[in-house]
Amino acid sequence: MFEVLGISSQALFGQLLIGLINGSFYALLSLGLAVIFGMLNIINFTHGAQYMLGAFAAFFLLQYAGLGYWWAIIIAPIVVGIIGVIIERLFLQWLYQLDHLYGLLLTFGLALIIEGFFRNFFGSSGLPYSVPPSLQGGQNLGFMFLPNYRAWVVVFSLAVCLSTWFVIERTRLGAYLRAATENPTLVRAFGINVPRMITLTYGFGVALAALAGVMAAPIYNVSPQMGSSLIIVVFAVVVIGGMGSIMGAIVTGFGLGIIEGLTKVFFPEASNTVIFVIMAIVLLIRPAGLFGRGA
Amino acid sequence: MERVADQPTVQAATDRPYSEAIAFILMAAALIIAPMFAYPVFLMKALCFALFACAFNLLIGYVGLLSFGHALFFGWASYVGAHAAKVWGVPPELAILAGTAAGAGLGAIVGALAIRRQGIYFAMITLALAQMMYFFAVQAPFTHGEDGIQAVPRGKLFGLVDLSDQTNMYVTVLVIFLGCFLLIYRIINSPFGEVLKAIRENEPRAVSLGYHTDRYKLVAFVLSATFAGVAGATKALVFQLASLTDVDWTMSGEVVLMTLVGGLGTVFGPVVGAFFMVTLENYLTTIGQWVFVVQGTIFVVCVLLFRRGIVGELARLLRIRL
Repeated sequence: MFEVLGISSQALFGQLLIGLINGSFYALLSLGLAVIFGMLNIINFTHGAQYMLGAFAAFFLLQYAGLGYWWAIIIAPIVVGIIGVIIERLFLQWLYQLDHLYGLLLTFGLALIIEGFFRNFFGSSGLPYSVPPSLQGGQNLGFMFLPNYRAWVVVFSLAVCLSTWFVIERTRLGAYLRAATENPTLVRAFGINVPRMITLTYGFGVALAALAGVMAAPIYNVSPQMGSSLIIVVFAVVVIGGMGSIMGAIVTGFGLGIIEGLTKVFFPEASNTVIFVIMAIVLLIRPAGLFGRGA
Repeated sequence: MERVADQPTVQAATDRPYSEAIAFILMAAALIIAPMFAYPVFLMKALCFALFACAFNLLIGYVGLLSFGHALFFGWASYVGAHAAKVWGVPPELAILAGTAAGAGLGAIVGALAIRRQGIYFAMITLALAQMMYFFAVQAPFTHGEDGIQAVPRGKLFGLVDLSDQTNMYVTVLVIFLGCFLLIYRIINSPFGEVLKAIRENEPRAVSLGYHTDRYKLVAFVLSATFAGVAGATKALVFQLASLTDVDWTMSGEVVLMTLVGGLGTVFGPVVGAFFMVTLENYLTTIGQWVFVVQGTIFVVCVLLFRRGIVGELARLLRIRL
């Protein structure tokens, strides 16, 4: 044990780890928002509710089907992703010709419906979801205790973020995607089914949110409100990073999580607001966002 | 691209230029006799929200800026007004003024930050800043956290009129509402308002014509926040309460919904929308959390099928301007 500025290493690294975990969720969610915005030109306000759906899917799978965490981490994103595809076909596809703001309003309404529905059946208190047996326990690193599950969350979400980056920036599929973002009409003329690509992109972004939800379930309780407070922070993250770059979303997500964790150690009163303050400062200095491309 | 607030009736407007004046007289008359048929507190609540929605509509309907954080101005004005009336013991007119000043000041800060980005980012920035101020309201000692500022005295207006009497309070709220409504109407139809509409239609072109659009947007934002402040401070006196509900993001969503239901970019839409939503919520108090589901459904239906809102559709049917 050693101390930094009068704060024990356990507390410092403990908060840093929490910061990294929050950062993982910020990164996964803002990544999903950025991918969806790129293709659909819609800010998906339902993202928080879909994250919550992922956590509830894991909870239901365990409760009613007896399927544990490892099944949940595969099944929940697929199920919620399919729900996303249905939402896109039913509602969102009618909005592409309209002002962006209608997309925000519609997805806000959908978020209210989903959240209200779950609040009605599960109240506001959280439901517990335990850490899978294979990831229980932890490592004593000398300067801190590292729970295995938390290490897994950080490593796995980093891996998911980087693979998403790789697929979008380095593969042929990603090239189609980026081309369709720039000029959908032209890409369609080359014989690529852009509407289907849009639908699947939305499903994928939503699946990312659900994946984050499954990973969050053992850390925070599963509760109907878990998404709505998070999504507002993620919006601030998106404003700071700018939605122009995939890597930007990942770096900003993790970075802000760490900054938030450090604030909890040194100035706990401000830990709720620090990301918003950073957003205000970034707007003053670099209005386009750290990785933004203007406007 | 279809604009947020399209005005389908501009052509027809020249035919019947008095439709708005007639509608205003009808509205004022209806509100004057309304206390004979409805509970005054319900009417005052609806009037406060109507003013709040009108203030919000000034931004979305006439500048095309969607603020998703208007609860910030409404709620903080309500806190400041309640604090002034209760702790400082100032008369009600000064309490409302203090709340209004709070709304205007916060509007200047938030507006200056938010107009640095456009479109979807503008909405996200206002939402995030409102959430930040929500956390301040949770932590600051003078707001009394979850309890809120309770038992705010209504006091005597100008030292003469006792506002603890419901009728006096109703008349005061009505006068404030009608005064602000006319002021907003005047702003919309002033040369300044014309520039705002030009920015809504095509900002780059307005810039090329030599307008400092940022300055216009900021002034519009501050005006909108100021009127939201009037509504919030008045609400604090009516209910004798300022609480966290008023600064929560759900409140920001509610004012968006009211304006959307009534009709974005129509003069009377926000008023109709506010009365519609407050009445609905009055009937829905027994169903608990389903309120969110109902509100969400109305959002979805309005966006998909009913983008002009009640007043917008009415204006289109009657081929008049409302």
